[in-house]
Formats: sequence, C-alpha cells, structure tokens
Amino acid sequence: MSSIRVNPETLSVLDRPNSYIGKTVPRPNLERLLQGRATYVSDMELPRMAHVVFLRSPYAHAKILKIDATAAKQMPGVVAIVTGKELSAVITPWVGVLSHLKGLKSAPQSALAIDRVCWQGEAVAAIVATSRATAEDAAEHVAVEYEELEAVTDMRTALDPGTPVIHASLGDNLAFERIHDAGAVDKAFAEADAVVEADFIFGRHTGVTLEPRSVVADWNAAETRLTIYQGTQAPHMVQNIAALHLGLRESQVRVVCKDVGGSFGIKVHIYADEMATYALSKLLRRPVKFVADRVESFNTDIHARDHRCKGKIGVKRDGTITAFEIDDLTGIGPYSMYPRTSAIEANQVVNLVGGPYTSKNYRARARVVFQNKNVMCQYRAVGHPIACSVTEGLVDLAAMKIGMDPVEIRRRNLIKDDAYPCGSPSGLRFEQLSHHASLSKIVEMMDYQALRAEQVTLRKKGIHRGIGIASFIEVTNPSAAFYGVGGAKISSQDGVAVRLDAQGSVICQTSITEQGQGSESLTAQIVGSVLGVSMDRVRVVLGDTDMTPYGGGTWASRGAGIGGEAALQATKILRKNILDVAAVILQSTPADLDIANNAVVNVSDGAPRIELNELARIVYFRPDTLPPGTRPELMATKHFVPREYPFAFTNGVQAAWVEVDTDTGFVKLLKHWVVEDCGTIINPQLVDEQIRGGVVQGLGAALFEKCIYDERGQLTNANMADYLVPMSGEMPDIDVGHVVSPTRESELGAKGAGEAGTAGAAAAVSNAVNDALQPFGAIITEIPLTPQVILTALGRI
Amino acid sequence: MKASAFAYARATSVANALELLASHGERARVLSGGQSLIPAMNLRLVSPELIVDIGELKELRGIAVKGETLVIGALTRHADLLKSSDIVKCAPLLAAAVAHVAHPAIRNRGTIGGSLAQADPASELPACMLALGATIVVRGPGGERRIAAAEFFTGIYETKLAPQDLLVAVELPVARKGSAHFFQEFARRHGDYAIVGLAAQAVLQGDGFADLRLGYFAVGDRPVLAKAAGKLTGVAITPALLAEASAALSDELDPHEDQQATPAMRRHLAKVLLSRCVSTLLNRPDIHRGASA
Ligand SMILES: Cc1cc2nc3c(=O)[nH]c(=O)nc-3n(C[C@H](O)[C@H](O)[C@H](O)COP(=O)(O)OP(=O)(O)OC[C@H]3O[C@@H](n4cnc5c(N)ncnc54)[C@H](O)[C@@H]3O)c2cc1C
Repeated sequence: MSSIRVNPETLSVLDRPNSYIGKTVPRPNLERLLQGRATYVSDMELPRMAHVVFLRSPYAHAKILKIDATAAKQMPGVVAIVTGKELSAVITPWVGVLSHLKGLKSAPQSALAIDRVCWQGEAVAAIVATSRATAEDAAEHVAVEYEELEAVTDMRTALDPGTPVIHASLGDNLAFERIHDAGAVDKAFAEADAVVEADFIFGRHTGVTLEPRSVVADWNAAETRLTIYQGTQAPHMVQNIAALHLGLRESQVRVVCKDVGGSFGIKVHIYADEMATYALSKLLRRPVKFVADRVESFNTDIHARDHRCKGKIGVKRDGTITAFEIDDLTGIGPYSMYPRTSAIEANQVVNLVGGPYTSKNYRARARVVFQNKNVMCQYRAVGHPIACSVTEGLVDLAAMKIGMDPVEIRRRNLIKDDAYPCGSPSGLRFEQLSHHASLSKIVEMMDYQALRAEQVTLRKKGIHRGIGIASFIEVTNPSAAFYGVGGAKISSQDGVAVRLDAQGSVICQTSITEQGQGSESLTAQIVGSVLGVSMDRVRVVLGDTDMTPYGGGTWASRGAGIGGEAALQATKILRKNILDVAAVILQSTPADLDIANNAVVNVSDGAPRIELNELARIVYFRPDTLPPGTRPELMATKHFVPREYPFAFTNGVQAAWVEVDTDTGFVKLLKHWVVEDCGTIINPQLVDEQIRGGVVQGLGAALFEKCIYDERGQLTNANMADYLVPMSGEMPDIDVGHVVSPTRESELGAKGAGEAGTAGAAAAVSNAVNDALQPFGAIITEIPLTPQVILTALGRI
Repeated sequence: MKASAFAYARATSVANALELLASHGERARVLSGGQSLIPAMNLRLVSPELIVDIGELKELRGIAVKGETLVIGALTRHADLLKSSDIVKCAPLLAAAVAHVAHPAIRNRGTIGGSLAQADPASELPACMLALGATIVVRGPGGERRIAAAEFFTGIYETKLAPQDLLVAVELPVARKGSAHFFQEFARRHGDYAIVGLAAQAVLQGDGFADLRLGYFAVGDRPVLAKAAGKLTGVAITPALLAEASAALSDELDPHEDQQATPAMRRHLAKVLLSRCVSTLLNRPDIHRGASA
C-alpha cells in the first residue's frame, strides 16, 4: 500500500493503540453465516402465513381480456386469487421519475398489471395459498385471455415514427434525453491528427443474487401496523414507499432486514411484486410470503447495461487526446423503475466518459427509450462499465492509430496527481485522485515490460496473448443532494447510536445495512478502535426501522464512507462522555485519561485506572455514589452526510492478461490486476474481497452474461444453464494493490470500494482481446466477447 | 419452481422396477441420479405421476471386466467412472470424457444409465459409446435386448428405450493394444454442456490409423459417428488429405443453431477438433497448423 497524503504531525482517533483500522480482522457475523444460523427471509415462518405465487404474462405486450380463476379458487389450500383491479383497492400506482432529471417521464405502474401487460414476466394475478407448491398448482388453472400487441423490442427503432408508442399518454417512447457539450469539440477534432470512431455494444445483463428477492409482509390489523421482512439495501426507503402507497403513516410500517444473500443493487429498488405482497397482506389480514424463483428472478429482477454507444476520440501525434464524443442509446423496459428511476445509468455514462483525462472537450448525447422487455435500473457500478469501456476502448484505439503504447498514452493524458481539486468536462468535481500513482503501481505489479516481451515471443509460436489497461473513476459516498433533491424520500444521511451497557460492552445501532460486504465488521472495527474496546465487546444492530437511526442504507458504495463516519463521530461522543464520568470517579481530568483494552487508563503511562464494566456498574447501579449534578450519558447518536463534494470520487486502474485461441474464439483469462484508491482502508481483506467480487462480475459481463431476447420480447435464457454467470473455473488470479488518498470530507477518510472492481474489468478484458488480435486487424467493441463474436470478427466463420 | 405432486416408489429389484413401469407406462419415470429429471420436474417441463427410484438396486451399480468386455452397470455414477482403475485401463477415453461432465457435486449423483437414457445430444457419454462401439443392455417387458450404441440414439432426448424399459448396463470392448484416444470439447465454462465436442478412439499403425472412430457431440440432434474418419484410415496422412476429410466432415454434419453457436460455427469447430485430434494422435503438429491456417 502506498499513501498519497501522509500527515505525520497529528495522530487521529484512528491511530490509537490497538486500532482495528487498516487491519484484516474476521467479520463478526462469520460464525453465524458459516454455521447456517443466519436468518434469510425464506427461513421465516409466521403463524397463519400464506404463500403467494404470481401468474406472469407470457407475452411481452398484450391486452388482458379476461382472467378466469373460478376453477383455481376451488382448489384445496387456495386462500385467494387477486387481480390487479382488485388489488388496486388497497395500493396506489406509482411513477418512477425524479424532478432533477429534467424531462424524464414514465407511466403509472401498478402492483399487478391492470388491463395490459408490458413485458414478459409482468405479474397479472396473485395466487395465495397455504404453500408455494399449492399456489403453483392453482396458477396452472387460472385462465387468462390475452390479445397480443406488437412488442417494441429493438431500442434502435423505438423512436421511429412507425413504432408503436408503449404508453400513449406519454406521446412517444423517449423516457429521457440528456445532451452535454463542453469546451470546443468540433475545433478539437479538427485540430487532431487522427480521429477514431467505434460503436460499442453492451449485453443486457442482471445481478443474479444467490438469494432471490424475498418478502414476508405481516399486516397486524389489531395494531394497524405492517411489518415487512425483506432483504433490502434500504429499509427506510421501503418503509416510506410502502406507507405512501398503502395509505399508511410511516410509523405504521416497520421494515426488518435480516441476513441478505447478495444484492449488488438488485435489492435497492421497489418491485411491483413486492408491493403486491405488502398489499395482499393488508387485504387478506394475514402474513404473506413471496420468494422469487430463479426463472422469475431472471424475468423481473432489474436488468442493466443494455446500451449501444457510438464513441469518437481525437488525438494528436504526441498522444494528446483532444476530445471525446459519445452518442449513447439504452432501452430500459416499459417503465422507469421506482423510485430511483432508470435514467440514472445513462446519465452516469454521460457523467463519466473521459473522466480520468485532462481533455476538456466533450460532447455527449444519451437517450433512454422504452421497450417491452424487463425493466432496467441500477446494478453494481451503475453506468461505470459502459463509460469505462467506451472511454478506455477509444483511448486504446487512438493509441493504436498513432502507434503509441497504451500505458504511455495514459501517462500523457491522465489528470496529474497534484492537479486536484479539479473538475471534469462533464462538470464533476474531484477532490483528490491518484491516476498516475495507480498506473505506476500496476505497471510494476504486472511487470508490464516483461509481459510485452513474452507477448512478442509467443506470437511467433502462434499463441496470441494480449494486455488490456483500463483507468477508471468511481462514484461513491453520494452527498446531501441524493436522492431527495429529485423528490425521492431516500435519506442521504446515515446515523449511528452507540451505548455502553452495564457490563462495559457496546451496542451500536446503525442505519447502514449488510448484504455480505462487511458493513457489520467495519462498523465494529471503527467503534472498537475509537472507543478503545475490543471488537468482541461491540454488537452491531442493523436493518430494522424500529431499532436503528434513520438513514439511507447501503448502496452507491456509501456504507463505510457515510455510515462509518457516523459511527466514528458517535463513538467519539460516547468516549468523551465516558472519560468525563471517569474523571469524576477517579478525581482526575478527562484530558489525562484514555480508554484502552476495555479500561480507562492514564494518558501518561497507560496504567489502567478503572475497567469499563466497573464504570458502567457505578453509572447504572450506584449513581448515588457520584457527586451531585453528575449526569452521565452513556449513549450517543450522530448522523453524517458529506456536504462539500457531490460524490467522493475514487479511482484506479485495472489490467488484464488474456490468451485468445484464434481457431476457436475462446478467451482464456490468465491474470487480472487492480490498483484502487478508496481512501482510508478500514479492513484490507474486505476491500480486496469487494474488488475481486466486483471484478468477477465485470468479467462476467466481458465474456459470459447476457439476457438474450428474441424479436417478440421473449427472454430466451432465463435459467442458470443458459444465462452464464462467471464461475471460479474461468476466473484468473486477481492481484489487488492500493493507493490511499483519504477524503478530507470526513475524519475517517474512507471513500467507497464496492463498485470499482466492476467498473473497469470488462474494459480491461476488451482492450486485452483487441491487443491480442492486432496481428489479424480485428477490432471488437462488443461484449460479451463470445466465441461466436470473436470468430466472426476474425472472419473464420 | 416446485414440482407438481407425484407418487414415489422405491424399486426393490429390477423385476419390481419393471413391474411398476409396466403398470404405469408413460406416466411413470425412472429416477437414477436425478440430475436431469429433478430440474425438469421442478421447472414443470415434465410432470410424471409416479417416480420409480432405482437407487437401491445394487445389482445395477459397478464396473467389471469380463474377458474382453468391460461391463458398466447403469447406476454407476460419473464419479465412480472417474475413480475406476478398470476404466483407465480398459476405456481411457471414458475417463477423459467424464472429467468434462458437469461438476463434482453432479458427478457424485449422476449415473451413466441416466446420461444415456437422457440422450442429450450435447452429452459426452453418448458420443463415447459411439466411439467405443458400446452395446446398451436394456430390460423390458419382453426380456433383455442388446442394442448397438450406433442404433440406440434416435433424436433429441430420444432413444430406443420404451417407457417400460430399464437400461441396465453398457458393455464395451476392452481397449486393444496400439489403441489411442482423443477427447476435447469446447464449452463456455468448465462443466457446461459442450458447444461442440469430439470423443475419438483410434488404433494406430505405423504413421497412420488402422482404425479411427470419431464420436462427435453437440453437432446435431444426436451423437454422430463421423464417416469422414474413413478417409483417414489405412493411408499416409497429409495436410491435403486432412483438408479433404475436413470438407467431408463439414458436408456430413447438419448442426443446429442455438444461443451459443450458428451451424457455421459448429462446423468450423468440428473441423478444428478433427485437425487437433489427428495431429495429437499422430504427434504431427505440422498437420494441425496447416489445417487451421
Ligand atoms: C448443472 C448441470 C450440469 C450438467 N452438465 C452436464 C454435462 O456437461 N454433460 C452431461 O453429459 N451431463 C451433464 N449434466 C447431466 C448429468 O450428467 C446427469 O447426471 C445425467 O444427464 C443424467 O443422469 P442421472 O443419473 O442424474 O439421471 P436422472 O436425472 O435420474 O434421469 C434422467 C432421465 O433418464 C431416465 N433414466 C434414468 N436412468 C434410467 C435407466 N436406468 N433406464 C431407463 N431410463 C432411465 C429418467 O427417467 C430420466 O428421464 C448436467 C447436469 C446439471 C444439473
């Protein structure tokens, strides 16, 4: 690890003796997970609980003429069969727009389709029964009469006058358009020595969480209160929206989020079938469970990344990049997703293209269109893989064109490490990035020169290997302006409450959530370090709107940076409060005392003065022994939201070393490297795991994953045999290195690390494949890079 | 994804299994390893009324060498094939192939009988049966039938098995002296069904082949024993001859289109496999480079 900004004069609260910060410590929840004692929603059984199965449309676009459930309703074990019209008595529709995304439009979406279905997989009726199997049996006896309508499937023709408009009330199929023009783009292209253009194509894909989306909704008519057990990244968001559409006050809704089996952004949205489950519980006055099966997960979990992006770059002979231009088109399905909207991804692409580089000339257009396919929305590293693949693909093409080494062209154009703070041509503000330090480090880690030499030698033997480099920036820690500014009631701040209990242990309630990334661990590490107690004494409570402070949750790589800072600040207060009362008890002054190893100690010689459990005993059970007027407060709460920068940008660089079998079109991933800069590293192992996991998802996009639709809008590979997720057998070793530029917006200095791996992995692989194929003059700007795509590009088939 | 309700019977003997099958006909299904049947039931692609579990029939499990014949019981699991020294000795092609069948967890349950009865055209084992000249032993209401592998596979998931039949064993000739094998498949990920694969069994003689059997899989609706192999036996192999055999192979195959490959790509990959097979078996790298250029 190398550090960009060292500040040796002052020791922060993080540098205390026995600090857990920067140390690999096991996750506190490891035993629970490994012993199979976790509680996932599907583990939950409540008295009188019924199971719901959704009957889903087999058509991409159709009128619902008639639903006949008479026979099914008679079947044993069937509790109710509910149509969209019937359910609309208890739940109102919604429209997925945000006011700050100007011009974004969408149509009202209902929990269950009413009159019309707009994608294959949209739910048309809810079958509630005493077991899932019984409900599935009954579903086979519900007869739905459809009139098939023409489906809009190709995003390229979605805006043509001859194409049907999916929502007549909207006038056309354009959901959102953004145009951006900075600097003097035409002039910059005119002044370039070479201009290169390419069409980049990205496969639609999805998150494939190990645990599918699941909900148990429990309406207690006596309390007039709904408890929602759900694997979600944002419990307070779910609380707000469930209440809003069920006509309840937020205090009438409790959201409990226990263990979650992976999320990746899939579980940060409001899904129609989940809303229907809440409504069914209210309607039927009993607990209702919905657990998506794998097929419906593929058909209804948000998809992402379905983009076609034309890109253009201008370059001078000396390697100077003069301008970037993009024209991005994406199809998001029939509705903009609620409440974060489906325009964010394209918007992000516009924001991020060209972001690592000094060129100020940038023109972009992004269009977001409706189509009759499953909805698209934010998935891990929203927009980043598109922006990074386009940018880095163009940079490599420019380098190829002028005969410059890919590392060299980046050295000449990446924003200098001492140029911060500065802005990007799309208007982003960077506090402190480390592109050059990262690039130097990765070049060293991979022994770039040796690899180049090896590449030359092997080429002579007919073995075609390639090196791909991809620099990237990553949006983390969204600030006060998200998402409330656009009207969505999603908290931008997070809160933490810490208290010392009567035996000197600490209970910490945080509003961030855990989906496997280690939120629980990093919170305990921070609390333990700042307070001076061992981690085994810190119990972290998360995922319960009744029990935790109000907050945004875990998404956009914000858990450590925002929730972690709240934990740090809350714990500082608790520490001060403890030292204040300790000073009274010990007849000392707080300044002369510290806490270490679960005891109050002397600052001067570290000698223990009083154990925390003894202090707690006095405070809780013998306050009569304290001097009059002493009112110790052994619980403290703090909230945090960054205010200065809209995002804490992180940066890094990835490199791929691949071998292409030019006879078969198969790509072998030999090795992958990442250098990233997420600021302060709380737990190196957790960061490395985040990076590696993210890289693997990016490699999935590069080589394997794609939701394949036919021209009638049928998803043809909605199962684990045909939708290829990346598996360990194909994954290379992934070496991770770090550069550390902490953010000054917080005392903790942590930025996010959850999405960097995904951001640049596909770009690195694409560049590597094109590098390998140089002798053949083939250039591919499409992912996934399937054998079919590669053999076609090579002219072999 | 829950199977619809079904009745379950655990067969106590082969005779008992045959009785159950005979009385229920098409409405019954044999359960072996369940690695193909259970997913299909959970997806409600099939909804048998009765499952006849033959898992306890020890007499159907095991590998034995009887003179010049290797006998493999239908319930022998993929993992057993992989571990067996008899297989390595007598049918090394099979050992090479099984390593490509699915993943360890599936190989621990999946059986050779289930795989052959399933007759997935992309499966490794059916193609091996063709290359090895296996005999499939079947018992049905009319007694025992012995069907040559070349006759057994009749289409996608279709075989000469009737609903009342039980596949009980396969018999393979023990590998002769001078025999050699080649196995390779192209799959997107380890353990996936292949896009195209080749299981080849040869008898080497001098610089060439006295015999060459090319069992292709995933190139059509059933495994294919390529006739083009005939062009390469008993002659001196030259790049020109290989190119000729390659062209014949291409004409002979009628591959399907799916999400992984077009027919053209399958033909191309089949030809790549042919040249790799020949150059590997004859240790002639020159031939392969010439053919793929
Ligand atoms: C994820 C995954 C990946 C896989 N990958 C591959 C692969 O790469 N290559 C490959 O070849 N296979 C693959 N398989 C399938 C696997 O090899 C199965 O084991 C095999 O296809 C069927 O064997 P089984 O014993 O499980 O049969 P079962 O599933 O029990 O039965 C399959 C069919 O055969 C019938 N049947 C079974 N035994 C008999 C019998 N003795 N007589 C008559 N009929 C019988 C059943 O009624 C059923 O119709 C994969 C499976 C999975 C789940």
